[in-house]
Amino acid sequence: MPCPHPMLQPRTRGSDVPLTPLLTAHWDQPDLHTLHGYRRHGGYTALPQALGMSPDAIIQTVKDSGLRGRGGAAFPTGMKWGFVPQGDDRPHYLVVNADESEPGACKDIPLMMTDPHSLVEGVVITSYAIRARHAFIYVRGEVPFVVRRVREAVAQAYEAGLIGTNILGSGFDLDVVVHAGAGAYICGEETALLNSLEGLRGQPRLKPPFPAVSGLYSAPTVVNNVETIAYVPTIVERGAEWFASFGTEKSPGIKLFAMSGHVQRPGIYEAPMGIPFSELLGYAGGMREGHQLKFWLPGGSSVPLLTDAHLDIPMTYEDIAGAGSLFGTGTPMVFDETTSVVRAVSRWIEFYKHESCGKCTPCREGTYWLVDLLRRFDEGQAVASDLEKTLDVGEQIMGRSFCALGDAAATPYPSALKYFRSEFEDGTRRHTDELFPPAAATVFTEVNA
Amino acid sequence: MTITTSAQTGDAAAASETVSVTIDGIETTVDKGTLIIRAAELLGIAIPRFCDHPLLDPVAACRMCLIEIDGQAKPQPACAVTCGDGMVVRTQLTSQVADQAQEGVMELLLINHPLDCPICDKGGECPLQNQAMTAGRSTTRFDGRKRTFPKPIALSTQVLLDRERCVSCARCTRFSEEIAGDPFIELLDRGSQQQVGIAESQTFQSYYSGNTIQICPVGALTSSLYRFRARPFDLVSTPTSCEHCASGCSLRTDTRSDKVQRRMAATSPEVNEEWNCDKGRFAFAYLTAPDRLATPMVGRGDDQESVSWSQAMSAAADGLRAAGTASAVLTGGRLSYEDAYAYAKFARTVLGTNDVDFRAHASSTEEAQFLGSHVAGAPLGPTYADLEAAPVVLLVAFEPEDESPIVALRLRKAARRGTEVVTIAPVTTRGSAKLSARVLATVPGGEASALDELAGDGPAADDVVATRAAVRRPGSVILVGERAAALPGTLSAVVRLASAAGARIGWVPRRAGDRGAVDAGLLPTLLPGGRPVEQAQARVDTAAVWGVESVPAEPGRDLPAILEAATSGQVKALVVAGLDPDDLPDPQAARAAFAAVEFLVALDTRSHWVTEHAHVVLPVAAAPEKAGSFLNWEGRVRPFEAAVRSTLLRSDAWVLTALAAQLGSSLGVGSLAQTRRELAEFEPWAGPRLEPPEVAAAEVPSPGAGFAVLASWRQLLDDGVLQQEEPYLAGTARPPVVMLSAATAAELAVAEGDPVTVASERGSVTHALTVGDLPDRVVLIPANSHGRVTSELGVSPGAIVTVSSGGGA
Repeated sequence: MPCPHPMLQPRTRGSDVPLTPLLTAHWDQPDLHTLHGYRRHGGYTALPQALGMSPDAIIQTVKDSGLRGRGGAAFPTGMKWGFVPQGDDRPHYLVVNADESEPGACKDIPLMMTDPHSLVEGVVITSYAIRARHAFIYVRGEVPFVVRRVREAVAQAYEAGLIGTNILGSGFDLDVVVHAGAGAYICGEETALLNSLEGLRGQPRLKPPFPAVSGLYSAPTVVNNVETIAYVPTIVERGAEWFASFGTEKSPGIKLFAMSGHVQRPGIYEAPMGIPFSELLGYAGGMREGHQLKFWLPGGSSVPLLTDAHLDIPMTYEDIAGAGSLFGTGTPMVFDETTSVVRAVSRWIEFYKHESCGKCTPCREGTYWLVDLLRRFDEGQAVASDLEKTLDVGEQIMGRSFCALGDAAATPYPSALKYFRSEFEDGTRRHTDELFPPAAATVFTEVNA
Repeated sequence: MTITTSAQTGDAAAASETVSVTIDGIETTVDKGTLIIRAAELLGIAIPRFCDHPLLDPVAACRMCLIEIDGQAKPQPACAVTCGDGMVVRTQLTSQVADQAQEGVMELLLINHPLDCPICDKGGECPLQNQAMTAGRSTTRFDGRKRTFPKPIALSTQVLLDRERCVSCARCTRFSEEIAGDPFIELLDRGSQQQVGIAESQTFQSYYSGNTIQICPVGALTSSLYRFRARPFDLVSTPTSCEHCASGCSLRTDTRSDKVQRRMAATSPEVNEEWNCDKGRFAFAYLTAPDRLATPMVGRGDDQESVSWSQAMSAAADGLRAAGTASAVLTGGRLSYEDAYAYAKFARTVLGTNDVDFRAHASSTEEAQFLGSHVAGAPLGPTYADLEAAPVVLLVAFEPEDESPIVALRLRKAARRGTEVVTIAPVTTRGSAKLSARVLATVPGGEASALDELAGDGPAADDVVATRAAVRRPGSVILVGERAAALPGTLSAVVRLASAAGARIGWVPRRAGDRGAVDAGLLPTLLPGGRPVEQAQARVDTAAVWGVESVPAEPGRDLPAILEAATSGQVKALVVAGLDPDDLPDPQAARAAFAAVEFLVALDTRSHWVTEHAHVVLPVAAAPEKAGSFLNWEGRVRPFEAAVRSTLLRSDAWVLTALAAQLGSSLGVGSLAQTRRELAEFEPWAGPRLEPPEVAAAEVPSPGAGFAVLASWRQLLDDGVLQQEEPYLAGTARPPVVMLSAATAAELAVAEGDPVTVASERGSVTHALTVGDLPDRVVLIPANSHGRVTSELGVSPGAIVTVSSGGGA
C-alpha cells in the first residue's frame, strides 16, 4: 500500500504500552481524505447519532469526556461550549483554529491533509451542539495544499448533504467556510484570528468580552483547535466514559503526539495522555545513531526546556507543569548534543520578533531587544552582564504583554540559562559556529550536502 | 495628560449603580463601569499612560498603566479594567510589582525612541518625556542599534509623521476611526516595524486630522504649520473661542512674541469635548495677511489715503450727521456678541434707525420672523448634550460636517450610541453616511413639502412613515441650517412639524457671530434679547437700559430693502462691518448700492471691495486681537481673551463708542465690563415674541432636460477669506465637483470625471462630474470652491440653472 508521506507511515509497536491509533488508525489508506475513503473506515457514523441527541446532551458528553483544548491552552472544551448563551436569538459561530504555526507543532496540518473529513464531521456535530448555523475553518495560509484539501472535503460533504440545509433530514442547517490566513503567527491567537477573519488587522482583542460572549462579528463564538474538534465524533460515538478512561483525571483521553528533531523516526504517534516521554521517544526510534538527548520541549517553542533528567515524565498537563515546563501542543521537539542551546533559543526569539504583531510595548520592543542580545551570544560578542540583562528583559515581557505571544517569547531563555548557563558564558567569547558546527546538528545532513 | 472629572465609560443606565473600590489603601465609591485609571484620577492618583484617552475606547496596548489587583496573578492595565465591588488595587505608589512593570515598559518604550527631545516639537510638553522622568530609569541599558525610518512622511499636506518617534499607542488611528469616522490612517506592518500609514492613493483627507497631532503623546505627528516654529515653554497661551463657525469650540491660542504660532482644541466637555476641526486649528494666517488694515483712511477709490484717527472720526461723524436717520447698519456675521450689541445700540441711539441687519447670507422676512419667534433671546438649547440624548435628530438644509463640524462630531457620537439621524437633503454625503443617516432625498425647494409630509399623516413612502414616528419620540430635535432662509416655506414648515411632533428646534447658522447678532438685536424687527420693536414694552425696557428717552418705534428695513433704499437714495449713509458683497445672493446689486450710497463708513479688518469704496475706513481688531465672546448655535456664551496683545487696533465697540462721542452721544460700551454689565440689566423678555412665520410650502421646481435645480453649500475648507494664506490646510480641502444623478449624467452624455458646466444668465462654473444619489435634474456644486456661486451665477439654491457637458456654457 503506497503511503502519502514518509512522516505519516504507520508505526510498529515497539513497546508494551500500546499506541492507540484512533484518528490515525487508517492514515495509511491513500483515499482516506475522500468522502468514500472516510466512510469506508467508519466515518460519518457519529453524525446521525449526534443529530439524534439534544445539543445540550452533546455538550454534556464532551464535558464528561474531560476533553481539553489541544491548541495549547488546554481549556476544558465542554465548559467553553457551555459559555455560549443559549436561546439568545443571536447568531452563534464555530471557528476552527487551523492556523497551526507554532515552531515544532505539526499535528493539525497532517491531520487535515490525511483525514479532513474527521474535522468536517466534528465541525457539524460541534455546530449542532452550540447552535451555530455558520462555521469557519481558518487554515494557515502558508499551506495551500491543506486549504485545497479541506475545501475539497467540505465540497464533498455539501454534495452528500452532510453540510447545507436540513442535514440528514434533521432540520439542522449549517454552512462551512474554509478561510486561508495570510501568514501571521499571531492569527493563531483566537481573537486575532477573529479579527483576521472579519477582514481586520490580525491583532488580538481586549478580553473580556471573551469570544463565547462576543466573538466573530460580536456574536457568541466558540474557537477550537483542529485536533479538539476531530476527536468530537469519536467521543460522541464511543461515549464520554470511554474517552475519559484514558490518561489521568486532569489529563484524560487520547492525543496526537508529534515527535520532531534528532529522533530516528519523526512523526505523529497517537497515544493515551500520560504516556511517559521516554516511551514516545522509543516509538520514534530513539535518538539519532550515536547521539544523546540534550534537551527537549514538550509542546512547541513556547514552553520551557526540559533535559534528559525529565525522560520518564508522563505526558500530562500536571506532570509537565510540575517539572517546570508546559504541555503546550503536546508536540515534543527533541535535540541532541550537537545542538547549541544559544542558537536554538536565538532562532526562536527571532521567530517571535518576526511574528510580534506590534500592538503592545513589551512584546514589540522586548523581542527586538532580546534578539539583539541573543545574537550577541550567538556571535560570541556578549558581555558577562548580558546574561542577567537578558533575564531582566524577559521579565519585563513575561506577564505584561497583551497576549500570550509575548509570554512565549520570554519563555525559552530562563530555562535554557538554568540548564546550560556555561553555553551562554561561552557566548561572551566564541562564535556558536565554532562550538557547534551547524552541519553536525542538521537533521538531514545528507540531503543538504 | 488628560484629566477627566467623571466616569467616561459605561452607559448612563449603569451610572446609577456604584461600587466600592480600594486604591492604594484609599476606599472610594465610583459609578459601576468606571475604569480603574479614572477612579484613581478622582483620588488624585495619576497612573502613567499613553494609549489611554478618556474619549476613546480602551485598547490596553501600551501597557504603561499596569497596576496590581489583589487576586490577579499578573499586573493589569488600569485603562481597560473596570472597578469591581470590593476590588483592592495597588498602583505604582504602593506596589512594587506595578512600579517595576511601569518602569520596565518605559525602558522598552525608549529603546527604539530616538530621544531627540532637544529638536522635537513635543519636547517640553511631551507625555513620553514627562513620564520617562517620573516612571523611568535615569539611564538606559539598551546599547544596541535603534530602529530608524526615513523622516518625515507627509500623511497629508498638513500632518507629518516621524515614525521613529511613534510608540504605537494608536490614539491617532483610533480617533480617526472612532471619533471622526475618517479611517484614512491605519497601523501598517507589524512588530517593531509597525507604523502609522495611509493608503497609496488616499491621503489623510479628514476635516479633523489636526486632533491626531494634539493627542499624539509623543512628537510623532506634527503639523506642517507649527513644525520647528517654537518651543512650548516659549509660548504664551490664551483661552479663546473659535471665530470660524457657530459650533463654538473652546480653543487655546499660543503666541510667541505676540504672533500666533498655533491653536489647539481646549477641553470643553459641554461643547467641543477635546476636539476641534482643522479650519479652527490651522486657519489663522489671515491675521497677518498683507491686506490687513492698519490705519484709518478717508477718500474713495484712488483718493483713499491714510489719516489720523481724529481726522477719520471727524469725517465719519460729519457724513453720518448729514445723513441723520436716513442711515443704516449692515454688519455681517463675524462680530462678537458685545460688538454686535454695540452696533445695535449705535443704530438706535446714535443714528436713530432700526435699519439694521447682520445677515450676510440669502435671507428672507420669513427667516427674520423665525429668528424672532424661536431663536432671539431664547434660553439655552437645544444643546450638544440634547443631541447626544435625542432619540432622533432631523437635519434640514444643514450639512453638519461642512457647516458646523463639531455638531457633526457630536451627532456621530450620538449615532454610534443609537441616536437616529434623518436628513432632508438632496444627496447622501460622506458626512451623512458617517452618521448612518436616513436620507429623505429632496429637491432643493422641496424641503417645506417634505417637512409638511412628515407633519401630516397621509399615505407616504416607508422612510417618511418611519421618520414621522421617530420624530414624535420625546427628546427629538430638528436642526435647521441658515440655508433654509433661501428656501421659501421651509422655516415655517419646520415650526409646523416641531409643533406637531413636540420636537425642539435648533437653528445652526454658519458664522460665529450670527447667533450673537440675533440676540443683540441686529435685526430690523428685534431689539436685544428677542424684544420685538413693534412691542411698546420692549422699546420702553430697552430705552430704560440704554438711558434714552425712546428707541425708534417703526420696524426697520432688512438687508435687501436697505440696499434698495441706498441705491434709490432713501438711505443716505451706510455703516458696514465686515460684509463681503460676494456673500450676498446678488453681489451685483449689493455693489451697486454701496457705490451709489452717499456716504459709506466701513469698519473692517482687511482691505477688500467695500473698504476700497468706503468714504471712511476704520480698521478694527480681529477676534484673536481682542477680548469678547460669541454665542454659539446653542445660545451658549463662548468667551475669549485677546491672544495677540500688542496690536494698536481696537474692537468695533470701542471705535463705535468713540464715533458716538464725536457725534455727541455716549454709547457707553467702550469696555467689555461696561457692555456686560449693561447686557445683564436686560431681564429675560417675557412679553409677546414675533409671530412664527406662516409661509406656505413652495411648489417643487421641475426643470426640463438640460436644466437642473441648484443645490449648493459651502464646504468646510474652501476659498473663504479666513482660510486664505494657508496652503497646508487648503491641501486637504475636498476637490470641487459637479454632482448629478446617473440618469441626469446619461441625459447629458457625460461620464464620471468629465467637465460639466453649471450656468445661469449671469455666468457659469465648471467642475469635474461625480455621480451621486441625487434626485434627477438636481445639480450639486460647492458654494465657494474655485468659483463662488453667488458671484459667478448670481442665484441661490433652489434656482433652476442649465447644466451642460464640457467647458462651454
